[in-house]
This record gives sequence, structure tokens and C-alpha cells, in this order.
Amino acid sequence: MPPQDTATRIAEIPEPSRLSRLLNNRNFLGFVFMLPLAALLVVFLAYPLGLGTWLGFTDQRIGRPGVYIGWDNYISLFDDSVFWLSVFNTVFYTVVASVFKFGLGLWLALVLNNRVPFQALIRAIVLLPWIVPTVLSAIAFWWIYDSQFSIISWSLVKLGLIDQFIDFLGEEWWARTSVIIANVWRGIPFVAISLLAGLQTISPSLYEAAVLDGATPWQRFRYVTFPQLTPIIAVVMTFSVIFTFSDFQLIYVLTRGGPLNSTHLMATLAFQRAIPGGNLGEGAALATAMIPILAGAILISFFGLQKRKWQA
Amino acid sequence: MASVDIQNVFKSFGSTQVLHGVSVDITDEEFVVLVGPSGCGKSTLLRMIAGLEEISKGTILIGGRQVNNLPPKDRDVAMVFQNYALYPHMTVFDNMAFSLKLAKAPKEEMQSRVQRAAEILNLTEYLARYPRQLSGGQRQRVAMGRAIVRDPLVFLFDEPLSNLDAKLRVQMRAEIKALHQKLRTTVVYVTHDQVEAMTMADRIVVMHDGIVEQIGRPTELYDFPENLFVAGFIGSPAMNFIPGRLSRQNGQAWVEAAGGTRLPLGTNAPGQEGQEVVYGVRPKNFRLGGDSDSAGIDINVGVVEPTGDEVEVISQIAGEPVCVVFTERYDFKPEQPIKICPALDSVHLFDAGSGRRLAS
Repeated sequence: MPPQDTATRIAEIPEPSRLSRLLNNRNFLGFVFMLPLAALLVVFLAYPLGLGTWLGFTDQRIGRPGVYIGWDNYISLFDDSVFWLSVFNTVFYTVVASVFKFGLGLWLALVLNNRVPFQALIRAIVLLPWIVPTVLSAIAFWWIYDSQFSIISWSLVKLGLIDQFIDFLGEEWWARTSVIIANVWRGIPFVAISLLAGLQTISPSLYEAAVLDGATPWQRFRYVTFPQLTPIIAVVMTFSVIFTFSDFQLIYVLTRGGPLNSTHLMATLAFQRAIPGGNLGEGAALATAMIPILAGAILISFFGLQKRKWQA
Repeated sequence: MASVDIQNVFKSFGSTQVLHGVSVDITDEEFVVLVGPSGCGKSTLLRMIAGLEEISKGTILIGGRQVNNLPPKDRDVAMVFQNYALYPHMTVFDNMAFSLKLAKAPKEEMQSRVQRAAEILNLTEYLARYPRQLSGGQRQRVAMGRAIVRDPLVFLFDEPLSNLDAKLRVQMRAEIKALHQKLRTTVVYVTHDQVEAMTMADRIVVMHDGIVEQIGRPTELYDFPENLFVAGFIGSPAMNFIPGRLSRQNGQAWVEAAGGTRLPLGTNAPGQEGQEVVYGVRPKNFRLGGDSDSAGIDINVGVVEPTGDEVEVISQIAGEPVCVVFTERYDFKPEQPIKICPALDSVHLFDAGSGRRLAS
């Protein structure tokens, strides 16, 4: 190309077209890129949620379209003792399992945060309960809790501690305890690994400073580790509570809500009423009744998640 | 306040040895700077004094008491970390009061000691703030405040200024020195910056590859570096080194460098005829020599860097890169041939084999 003077070269730069200007607009591009995800959310989240809520106000049964019946489903649930039992079960299940998942998960995270031999391998093993499909681990627990073949009962009998096999899934409180233990086993890795990630963001020099300041190991945890972990604890426990509250698979495989509805959670009862029972409207109303409680839990964590004054 | 005696200390991490027998005597109220390139073991040594690293072999005494097996909190030392290590979820007050709180000090005492430290460091109006709301320099001061509140026997500083910008660094340098002059507490200060070491220290310990190269007052190290490493490390721009062979004839002495270049020496220069030596001269110890000056060295100007205060000329002597600094504002052109003359009493001679300074 022959040499040109600067003015000519600048004059030769073409004006951008309307389309290319539009495609270089950040707001427009952002909107365009958001559309596919928005479509997914509408089709797979908003629509089923709306449909479910609507069904709760109808008397639809399988094979027969329903009509709008107002709050009738909710009114009948209000007088239904099985519904209230399932609410109690759900809250009990969620609270007890979450407390144990938090306590054991935090303890495991603290242990794994130390330098231990085969660190990576141990961390991978810890994740196992979480990556195994729930149905699979539920079946394993089903065997562990079996009334005739339970390894726990067998061991205890052989040790001479009991003389009769325990019917883990056949007696109300044994059943509640058993499903909670299975849920805790499955939920710990999520809590432990998330909190471990949080622990690793805390600068080691803070602990060294605390050691020089004269802090004991407990004081280092109490004044350095725990306060800095609170934001991530809020996130992790919010998710853990939501997962536990809406649990279905584990219960459905282990007990199907029995015995005597003692392990029926709201989710399993809703399914029970809607699909095998055929009362789609009633089941939908039951499922919708979970929303206010979950919304309450989310609200609590929303305030827990707000930036603390010291956070950047 | 106390002395710190480091006696023949070794440190190894697994099979890698990082300190090979280090001994330093730090007297009471002294400000000692450990300086050296990264990986020389200076921070490790400091952390061993603090008790954050175990001592593999040797002894460390603080105030005459052996501390090898004492936990950090019982050594009565305070440390200022490179990243300040302020507790992010505590206010400035709580950060400074933390050690007193752990020691269950009475509230009034806690209040008055933090207040006093805050006054010394001009932090009184920031006591209610969180670390993230402070500038780098203020955080640095809080870290020092936390140390002052404890009124320790020894202050340990681990590269405290390296996260600050150049201007603030110069300011904080003076503040730390002023603080030491006020409190008179023994200070052990680690840095890789030789300017920091020179400006702040009562005595400097130059470390390299896990050994002590030289200990001395800043001017001692500058004027009489004991070996090539110290000579090259202390002073900026660094000392020029040109290898050659020592020659004497007719009462005159010089170093003959590659290509027959003669580097002039004083008549009383140390060393033996024919000895392989390294000729060292600082950039500032040259003057522009006239044509009649037979003792001059001919060079061609390479790059000229005027800084305002002085003019730096980068060139070569006998194939070795050299830097010459003139305080006069010469207006050199690239490739211009000039004659320069080293100040003969500022020439340093080192043995080429051992790198040790030749004694005069």
C-alpha cells in the first residue's frame, strides 16, 4: 500500500452501520444473551409453578378436567390430621437434619482444613455420598434398616447389646430417626465441602497473628474463623434447608411415608394424594402450601445473607 | 525491651535446608534489619524468633531466656505482617484490643492502652471503622498499633511496607523509625529493599542463601562490603564489576581487563601481581576525565538517562555493562566517546575466586 498521510487514513475509516452499532451496544447485547435462559426459566419453572398453583384451586382428578372451586382444597386440608402430621414431620425432619448436617459438616470441614496425609483423596471420598444418586443410596440404607437383614441389628445382636432385631422402618420414631440419619449422611458433604472452601479463603496470617495475640485454638475458632465463616454458613444452610424441606426421593424409597404416615413429608404426601390417589387438585394444594414456609426460610436467609458491615 | 541472641541457627523444611547456621546478636533497643533477596531465609528467621516456625538446630534467646520451646504467646513479641493480618470483622479498636481482651485485661486499662497507641499513630478518629474502610497506610498503622498495645519485648516486622505505593513507603519508613526512637523497643525488621535497610537500620544483617554475608552499620556495608554479594546488593544503582588481572609496574598498579583495558588503582592497592580480581566501583565514584588524564578509561556512551538530579550513563568497559552517574548535567549523545576516571580511594578489589574483599 502506498504511504498515505494521516488525514486520508482517518477519513477512510468507514462509518459503522446501524446493525453493527446495535450489536456493539452493551444493553442490547445483554438483553439478547439473557433471552434463552429467560425462556428456559419460563417454560420449566414459572409455567409449572403457575399451573400447580392453579390446579390447587380446582377439583381436577386424573382423567377428568376440573373446575374452579376456590379455597375448598385448602379448607379440607385444614381439617385433615394427616396433613398436619406431615407438616410436623417436615419441620421436625428439616430442623433436626439441618442441625446435624451443620454441626457434623463444620466439624468435617475443620478437620479437612488441616494438613492431613492423602488430603485430595480424603476430600474426594467425603464427596461420595453426595454424588451417588439418591435412589441408590436410599436402597443401600433400605438394606441397612431392613427388619430381617439389617447389619446394624445383626451387629448389635452379635455384640450381645440387644436380643431382638430392631424394626427400623416399622416403628414410628425409629422410622423418623432412620430417615433423618440417611438424609444427614447424604447432606453432610455439601455442607462440609462448601464450608471448607470458605475456610480456605481465610488468610493463614490471621491465625498467626491470633497465636501471637495469645489466642487458644478454641479462641481462634470463636473469634477468627467463625465470624468470617458466617456469610458462607448463611448460604450453605439456606440451600441445605430448602433441599431438606422439599426432600422426596429418600422418603419415597425408604418408607413411602409409613409407618402410619409417620415419615410422610409434605412433598411425599402431595405426590401420594395427586398421582396414586388421583386427586390432582388436592395434591397441588398440598404442594402449594409448602411455598409460604419455604418463602419464610428464604426471607430469614435473605437477611442472614446481607453484607455485614465489615465485608467489602 | 530485650536483646535477641540468635546462636548458630539451622532450619530445614523436610530435606531442604534454608538456614545454614545463622548467628546474630541484637542488643537491647537496637533496630536491626534483615535484608536479602527473596528465598534467602530472612522471613523464616523472623518467624523463628516469633515462634511461628520451629528451630531445627541452634538457640534463640530473648532477653537472655532461651525461647526454643516456648509457644509464641509466651515469647512476648509482637509482629507486623506483610499483609497486615488485620481481623476483617473487627473494628480498629477491637483489632488493637484483641490481645488484651484475650488476656482478660480490665476494660479501663484496655481503653487507655488502645487510646494511647491510637494517639501515637494518629488513629483516634478511625477506631470505630473496619479495616476495609481504611487506606493501605492506615491499615499499616493499625497493624503497628496492635503491636504497640501489647508493649512487647521485641517488635518483629515482616516486609511491612511492600504492599504500599512508593510515596507512602517513604513516609511510613520515616514513621516507623520515629516510632522506634520514641518507644526504644528492640526491632527486628525484614525487607528485601536495601534502601529501606540503609535508611532505617542501626545495623543491617545481609543474608543470602541461608547464611549471613555481613553484619554492620549501613555506612560500613556501603564503604567496606566484605564480598561481591554485599557489594552488589547494597547501593543503588548497583556497583559496577569488571574482572581482570592485577598488575604492578614502576610503582604503578592497575587491573588489566579483557582486551587490554587498564583500570587504574591507587599505589597502595592490596593484592598480588598477577592475581585474578574483580574491580568494583560505584556509579557515583566516577568523574569525567580530560584528554590529558592518562589514568582515564575510554568508553562510548550507550544510553543516557537524565533523572533531573543526575545523569545516568549506561555503557560498557571491557565487555562488561557499567553504569556511571554524574551529578553535573552533561549533555551526552549516544555513541559519543568519553573518558571517565574512577576515584581511586573508592575502588573496591575482590578476589575473583572467593569473591572476598582484598584487605589493604
